[in-house]
Formats: sequence, structure tokens, C-alpha cells
Amino acid sequence: MSERERDDHTGTETTGHEWDGIKELDTPLPRWWLWTWYGCIAAAVVYWVLMPAWPGITGYTRGVLGQSDRAQVAQELKGLAAQRHAGESRLRAASLQQIEADPELQGYAMQVGASVFGDNCATCHGAGGAGGKGYPNLRDDVWLWGGSLDEIRHTIQVGVRSGHAQARGEKVMPSFGRDQMLSDAQVDDLTEYVVALSGRKADAAAVGRARQTFADQCTACHGPAGTGDVAQGVPNLTDQEWLYGSDRVAIRDQIWNGRNGVMPTWEARFSPETVKALAVYVHANAGGVAEPVAPAKAAAGVAAGAVGR
Amino acid sequence: MTTVIDTVSKSPPPEGPGPQSAAEKVRQKARDKGELYKPRVPIYPKLVHGKWRRIKWALLILTLTVYYVTPWIRWERPGALPDQAVLVDFFGRRFYFFGIQLWPQEIHFVTGLLVMAALALFLVTALFGRLWCGYACPQTVWTDLFIYVERAFEGDRNARMRLAAAPWSFDKLWRKGGKHAVWLAVAFGTGGAWIFYFRDAPTLLGEFWTGRAPVTSYISCALLTATTYVFAGHMREQVCTYMCPWPRIQGAMLDDHSLQVTYRRDRGETRGPHKKGQTWEGRGDCIDCNACVVACPMGIDIRDGPQLECINCGLCIDACDEIMDRVGRPRALIAYDTDFAVVERGAGRPASYKFVRARTIYYTVALVGVSALVIWGLANRTPLDLHALRDRNPTFVRLHDGSVRNGYTLKIANRTFAPHTVEVTVTGVPGARLSTPGEAAGTVVRTTVPANEVRALRVFVTANPTVAAASLPATFSIRAGDAAAATETTFLTGVETPP
Repeated sequence: MSERERDDHTGTETTGHEWDGIKELDTPLPRWWLWTWYGCIAAAVVYWVLMPAWPGITGYTRGVLGQSDRAQVAQELKGLAAQRHAGESRLRAASLQQIEADPELQGYAMQVGASVFGDNCATCHGAGGAGGKGYPNLRDDVWLWGGSLDEIRHTIQVGVRSGHAQARGEKVMPSFGRDQMLSDAQVDDLTEYVVALSGRKADAAAVGRARQTFADQCTACHGPAGTGDVAQGVPNLTDQEWLYGSDRVAIRDQIWNGRNGVMPTWEARFSPETVKALAVYVHANAGGVAEPVAPAKAAAGVAAGAVGR
Repeated sequence: MTTVIDTVSKSPPPEGPGPQSAAEKVRQKARDKGELYKPRVPIYPKLVHGKWRRIKWALLILTLTVYYVTPWIRWERPGALPDQAVLVDFFGRRFYFFGIQLWPQEIHFVTGLLVMAALALFLVTALFGRLWCGYACPQTVWTDLFIYVERAFEGDRNARMRLAAAPWSFDKLWRKGGKHAVWLAVAFGTGGAWIFYFRDAPTLLGEFWTGRAPVTSYISCALLTATTYVFAGHMREQVCTYMCPWPRIQGAMLDDHSLQVTYRRDRGETRGPHKKGQTWEGRGDCIDCNACVVACPMGIDIRDGPQLECINCGLCIDACDEIMDRVGRPRALIAYDTDFAVVERGAGRPASYKFVRARTIYYTVALVGVSALVIWGLANRTPLDLHALRDRNPTFVRLHDGSVRNGYTLKIANRTFAPHTVEVTVTGVPGARLSTPGEAAGTVVRTTVPANEVRALRVFVTANPTVAAASLPATFSIRAGDAAAATETTFLTGVETPP
């Protein structure tokens, strides 16, 4: 086409297309848009030269700047390690008690601990550490394996029935019912006995019948008064804390099935400094070991130690 | 009562005889081209001499001195605290003003100060017009400074206009180039001084020139250099006329009794040229010499009456007084006067001035009230501050003996320059025992808060709830010597209440 038609009103060329007498104006692109577009094309070409860009059969064009995301991540990780170095070396040098006594260092340990706890421990113990059925509450004053700073650190390090050479939990609770060590009726009576131990109302006749069974089967671990043994991780049956539930169904279920908790060892995953920070975090959140307080009404009439299940 | 001075409907059309605005004539020339936007008419203010010009020079020197010198004033503070008298320390999160130290939580004092400044501005404007615009506004002060530089390189009004119209030559090049170079240097000095308010000045000066200063200081310096150069060098009156909201707002502050730079039309009209020896009978004192127009940095004609553009700088007063002296008429044809006085004199009555008016009373009362509040607040600032953040997960835990424990993180702020040992107690929970991690429960917990810092303290409140309430109001209190603070929070008892 030689001469394009011009629209009289606007003075702009038309595309030559016509629909029912309506013609389309061929308005040129705005200059600023066009130049921005050219600029982008030029920038793209420069980018291909400088940065990794085109894929090939066996690799890709590397670009003259030698940019590599992987190398950058490695570099950033190194920088992070360097940043953490100062704090970590302070954690390494100080004892757990010293860390807790120094407000600034404790604050640092709490932050490290909170982050590590959220990533690793919260899955079972809950985001706030309050635990759940079968998972110990880390915010109260009842500690299966001891609530001192050193005990907490050791538990984190070796785990419970974790396969670690020093793992806690050599003793396991038998499945009295499932393995037919006790009869149905004996388990029922024992349930009443345990309920009575924690100071609650129970069927006196059943308690009487279970007295001998408890002495035969349970005292070896839970002690004659049922107060447990924190060195062995044996729960105190006389307090108000129940790992698997406090009602009769739950208690009977535990005697019948004898569940034994498991916690992994974190030695391989965490550095000793991280374990320290975590121990301080758990200890501070739980308020440390509680002072000895006599349980309200221990059925056996024995003043129990604060630590138990 | 509102007096309306109508200068529009009474004015005859520009072609007709009688008074005609000189500024309007210039604007008209540019307007006829039919452009969409109003073209800018370049303004070449002529240098004047007189009382107001001298006051303006003095204020220019004073305000610039305050601006440049303030960050360099030293003020001894204990320990590692900065020794700069006025410092907005973003890194340390403190604002220092001589003996006053403000924390971010005390920003309401700055709000109070801004409210005071606003009210003071309202009061001054109601009484004396736009003194701020004419004498103290940075835009006015720096524009004045930039015009001074311009005059030093290019000469006064006529020389500047000739130079602008002249073709490019070596003379024009060095004059223009020199002017812009000095402008940029002044602008850089302005931006450079600004950053000293935010970091120890002597340290920053060294850091700045060796490239070790924070990036923000370079960016701030560059931004302020650019704005100073553009606003004071190139945009000038356009900033006041188009960008600044204050000329619009001040219309609400002014009334007929506010002093403003006023052309006393009762005395000036009918204006017209006057030859030596002619009589002054039957005519006004204005000889239509345009001295007030060429002196105006805003490019307006004061004889048009009060205008949005007028910054009340008083330079036309000086310009007119010079002329009046020369033609042998009394001064103050243009003067600080009120609309009311002009109308009264025009009607043949004696002018009166009224400074005590409803609005000036309102503004004064509000100003005194807010000032008193701020001063009272500063005088009674508590050196300790306490906030309690209660644990939300878990909200409470039941202990082995059935008692209930709530965990809290206390944030204890020590705003003094000396460490304090504070005693923490809790009230509101019957039989409550207070403890920190690893320590036995008691009724009091002690901790030492270092000088000028916030300490986070984990505390536990343990109680055997005996009441049938799901939650109890609890109050934490701290005490260190005479200083004390308290904060309210909640203790959750774990008691189930029917829904």
C-alpha cells in the first residue's frame, strides 16, 4: 500500500481496517514506552553477558561475573556462623548456672533456645512447651528426669529410649494386661488403688484387694508409697500430674498397655552450645525446679518429693 | 464583624483608566499564549534598604546560626552516653535535648511540643499576620540567602534581567556557573548540617569524609542538598504558592484585626505619576512608581490587597518608605496595618486596634493549657517504667500439688543515668507467691536494672485459687528508693466457669 489513509479529525493514520464504517486509528506507541522497551532489551543483552542465562545441553552460560546462588548461600552461611561465633563462644565458656545468672547472656540463650525449640521440640512438646497427652509438660514443676539445669541438658543430649548408649529409660513399664501378667479384675482393682494414691475417692474394697498386687508388681519401681523415682524416670503416682490422663479409663489403659515414652537424642544434631541454650530456655520457662511442697493429701500418708511423673 | 475589601469587582478592566495591578499586567502577557498551565514569570526582586530588611538580615543570620551550630553544642552525660546537647539517636533509640532525655515511648512529649508550636503559630498569625512566612520559614530564609548569592554574582534586578536576556558569553557563563556552584555548596552545607542532628557530630564529620558514615547519612545529605538547591534556587515563590498548605490554612487564623502588610488605599488612591512641584491636593500619595512591585520576592502587587501569595516579609514597606522620603510625603503608605483600620480611616473615622479578641483568647488559653500539661508531664516523669507481658502459651500451668502458676515477662525500664535495684511485688491474687527461674518462691523479687536500659525479667506467680473466678486482676509494682511504677495484668486461675 502506497499512501495510508489519514483520519481527518485527529490527523492520525488508520490501520486500513474497517468494520461497519468504523475505522481503527493506528496511534503510535508513546515515546516513553518505546524507549523503556528498547532499554529493557538492551539491559537483557547486558544481563546475558554478565549473569548465568542460557541453558545448554551439558550446562549453561556462566556469565562473566561468575555469579552463583549456591556460592552466595555458602558465603552467607559462613557470615552467619561468624556472627554467631561471639555468642557461642560465650555460651561455651560459661556454665549453665553462670548463663542463667547473667541477664544478658541468659537473654541471648533464651533467644537461641526459643528458635531451636520452635524448630525441633514444639512438634511433640507444643509451641509453648505445655506438652499434651503422652508428651510431658515442660512448663510445670513436675520432671520425669529431673528439672535441674544439668539434668535437663543431659536429657536433651541423650534422649529417652533413643538408642543412645547413655540414653535414659533403661526401665520400662510392662504391659500388665496385654501380656496377661494380671487378670482383668486385678487391673481394675489396681486402677482404684492408684486413684486412691493421688488422694481421690476410691472403692475401699478394691483398694484393699489391690494392696498386695501393688506391693508385688509396682513397688519395685514406683516405691512402696508410689512416689516414684526421678533417677529412673519413674513417675510419682501421688501428685496431681498425669502424663497419660488422670481419669480411671486412662489409668487403667496405662496399666494394661504400659506405654513408654521415647525422645530422640539431639547430640548429633545440636552443638553443645545449642544444647546449653536450650536447657536454659526450658529451665527458665518452667521456673526451674519447684521448692518441695507437700502434696495435699497423699493416700499413703507419705510426704512426697516434689519431683515425680 | 467581617469587613470585606472587594478589590475585584470595583476594579475597572485592565484596559480602562484608573489603578491597575502591575503584577497582573506581567501575568497577562504570559497568559495570552493559551497554554494549559500557568507559565512561571521569572521574578527578579530588587534589593531594598530599611528597617524590615535589616530585621530580616538579622533573623537570617540568627536562624542559620542556630541551625548550623546546634549539633556542635556539647553536653556532658555520664558513661558511654552521647555528649551532644541535641541529638535524635535512632540507633540508641533516644532523643536528647540538653538535660532532657526522651525514650520512644515518651513520643507524646514531642507531640505536645508540636501542638504548642502550632498554637503559638495560630496566636502569632491572628495577632501579627504571617510573621512565620515572612521571617522564620526555612523556605523564606534560604531563598533570601540564595538571592543574596545571586545578587553577588549577577548584580541587582536590572543587571540580572539584562543578563538573562543576553546571549551566552564568557561573562554570562562564569556568572551563572559561579552562582550555581555557590548555591550547590550552600545546599550541600544545609544537607550536611542536618545529618549531624542524628549522630555524634565530630565523629560523623570524620566518618563522612572517609566514607565510613552510615548510608542513611549520605542519602539524607544528598536529598536535602537537592531539595535546598531546587526549592531555594529554582522554585522559590512556587513552593509557597502551590506546595505549601499554610497560606490556605492561615486564612482561618486571620481576621480584620490581624496586622498584615497593607497598602493603605485610603491614603494612596487615587494613584498616578507625580512630577516635582505638582500639587498633592485631590490625589493619593501613591505615585505608581512600582518600587513595591519590583522589591517583592513573590511577584505580586501589594496594592491589590491581601493575597494568598503574600508572605508578609515587609520588603515593600522599605521600598515604599524610600520613595516617600524622596518625594517628601510621610512614610508608611505601605505598613503593618489591619483591614479594619484601613476601612475606618477611609470612612473618616479614627483607626483603632484590637488585640484582645475571641480568637486570640482561645489560642492563648489553649497554648497555656498545653504548655502547662507538657511542663507538668516533664516535671513528673517517672524514672521507672513497667510493662507486664503474660505468657499466652500456655496461659497457665497446674503444678504437682494442684496450685496454678502464671508466667510473665516484665519489662522494667530505668530511665535514669544510674543503675537501680528494684523490688518487684504482686497484688490482687490471694496467697500469691512470686519467683524467678531457679529461685524459691517468696513475696518479693529483686533485680538490678542497668542505667538507661530496659531489663526483661521472667517471673512466675503461683497461687492456690480459692475463688470461683476464671481470672483475677493482678497488679505488678516496682519500687527503687522513691521511684515506683505499677502495671495491671491478669492472673488466670484455671477454674472452669460455666459458659
